[in-house]
Amino acid sequence: MAHGPAKGIGRWLFTTNHKDIGTLYLWFSFTMFLLGGFFAMVIRAELFQPGMQIIRPEFFNQMTTMHGLVMVFGAIMPAFVGLANWMIPLQIGAPDMALPRMNNLSFWILPFAFAILSSTLFMEGGAPNFGWTFYAPLSTTYAPPSVNYFIFAIHIMGASSIMGSINIIATVLNLRAPGMTMMKMPLFVWTWLITAFLLIAVMPVLAGAVTMMLMDINFGTSFFNAAGGGDPVLFQHVFWFFGHPEVYIIILPAFGVISAIIPTFSRKPLFGYSSMVYATAAIAFLSFIVWAHHMFTVGMPLTGELYFMYATMLIAVPTGVKVFNWVATMFKGAMSFETPMLFAIAFVILFTIGGFTGLMLAIAPSDIQYHDTYFVVAHFHYVMVAGAVFSGTGAVYYWLPKWCGKMYNETMGKLQFWIAFIGFNITFFPQHFLGLAGMPRRYADYALQFADWNMVSSIGAFMYGAAQLLFLYNVIATIVAGKPVTEPKTWEGAEGLEWTVPTPAPYHTFSTPPEVK
Amino acid sequence: MVTSPTQRLVVKLLGGAVAMFFFAIFVLPPIYDVFCDITGLGGKTGGKYVPEESVIDESRTVRVQFVATNNGAMPWDFKPMVHEVRVHPGAAVPVKFMAKNTTSKDMVAQAIPSVSPINAARYFLKTECFCFNQQPLAAGAEAELPLVFIVDRDLPSAVHTITLSYTLFDITGRSDAPLTASTN
Repeated sequence: MAHGPAKGIGRWLFTTNHKDIGTLYLWFSFTMFLLGGFFAMVIRAELFQPGMQIIRPEFFNQMTTMHGLVMVFGAIMPAFVGLANWMIPLQIGAPDMALPRMNNLSFWILPFAFAILSSTLFMEGGAPNFGWTFYAPLSTTYAPPSVNYFIFAIHIMGASSIMGSINIIATVLNLRAPGMTMMKMPLFVWTWLITAFLLIAVMPVLAGAVTMMLMDINFGTSFFNAAGGGDPVLFQHVFWFFGHPEVYIIILPAFGVISAIIPTFSRKPLFGYSSMVYATAAIAFLSFIVWAHHMFTVGMPLTGELYFMYATMLIAVPTGVKVFNWVATMFKGAMSFETPMLFAIAFVILFTIGGFTGLMLAIAPSDIQYHDTYFVVAHFHYVMVAGAVFSGTGAVYYWLPKWCGKMYNETMGKLQFWIAFIGFNITFFPQHFLGLAGMPRRYADYALQFADWNMVSSIGAFMYGAAQLLFLYNVIATIVAGKPVTEPKTWEGAEGLEWTVPTPAPYHTFSTPPEVK
Repeated sequence: MVTSPTQRLVVKLLGGAVAMFFFAIFVLPPIYDVFCDITGLGGKTGGKYVPEESVIDESRTVRVQFVATNNGAMPWDFKPMVHEVRVHPGAAVPVKFMAKNTTSKDMVAQAIPSVSPINAARYFLKTECFCFNQQPLAAGAEAELPLVFIVDRDLPSAVHTITLSYTLFDITGRSDAPLTASTN
């Protein structure tokens, strides 16, 4: 195993190396993050003032739809698959992923999916404009012709996710180093194992939903068409049966990252390791039985609303276990506040705020007030952005020295953190007020009384967008001109197999499995 | 060929994924329909009802209101000829709706019923309904659409008013599609 990476572009096209593929995933997801972020900037620029200034309402709808789709499927999910590719073999002492060729395939179909999706922006009739939840019949009867391209893009993304998940499960179950029992695995591996099972269970359901749409549009079936005996509400059930586990697919690996960073910089082992594992499994189970809390306004019977309300509130219990465990890990720890730790602490605070607004939304009678307002937008950006994106950013700072053997500039890292943290809160905290005051989401214009907070929110959004450019600069500056580091253990308090290999991590690691005591 | 533990695991996981795909398309929608039929959720009414006996509960009167709506850009005139009737549970009541094709081309329509409150849907029985069939109307033509219904005597006592709503869909050009609406 002496040979290193191949030369030229072929290295990246044909690679089966988990580190190369992890790198590809991470760069791809960051590209998509910038694209989705650009859409967000267009949205916030239009909402800077009431009235129509920059774009037309039809294009605004395309922007909100594409922003959601690109961020969820293009930015956040591939980012965590990239982290999984890089870190899972290193953390369990495996030489590579279990299925390296499929790994290559599952990455390389993604750029095609997003090329197809993005190309719809230039098509006649425009890109999908029905919101990222693509409720039928809005997305069937009333959709632009480009909806077919959207459907095929979703199919390809689904295939990619399923292949990635199979690979992760096979790696975790079959390639652990001797002595690495399940309950010794780092929590990032655990959360990804459970996430992969969620993906295998629900990505096919999403594929099924868009396939039914495809048949309704092109082949005259009536799954979601009331005129033919179908039911539009069925679409919402199928979609959210996928959609609710999907939000945990996004957040569980983020939990894993936070559970790695906080103990390192608190210089204490993770508090309540096994309860963290069980809490993750409990959240995954609950995610399948709460989907209709997204649909409290469709006209469910009271018993249905009560059931979904209580079941949803139940999720606060395992999630609370996690938050308290992180806090207990920090308690009386010898804490230091390097950039990854700042992102991790911000994650715990902001995710908890997002969790609390989630509880408010879970209360069926008040959800009827909050439904489809900016309160919902604020809620899910607190969990998706301050949750998944902050955790992903922290993960990059945390493992970047191990990946490339260079140390990032701590001052610049902290600068990015504070701009991102302040910008994020300026963007999304006022959206709680807007939502409670009754501003509906997904409109290109708004009533005058919402003008002030919208302007504040837009300013915050531009600030948060600038922080991402600084992030890009920081990463490139580190790779090109960072201070070289060579000790295997970058962080004093770090534990785990990934810190036993040399820095930067060689192209091949653990060709002979390590001993785990 | 499938020998190593990894290969066996991959086959199982892939099988699981494929199973979930077919579950979403071929199992979830029928389950949903059956669930709605049993519970009356969504206000769907049942198919053609054959009356067994005609015991009329004269001690009770239920108001039945009629609503007619056009879906989307459906241009027909569509309205109930009476807006409300008072009926005794068990009695067969005939009413009529009126539809007029106001356009200059021949069209086909389909009416989809919905009953509110949803816990009354199971007890609203139709022995004859224009919604069991598609409605072709020539350009400018007008038709009276018949409906005969019975409110079941087991209707929950809390229900005093039932609203029957019809939404008229334009299915011109796709009327050859298999019409699962016949169960409605």
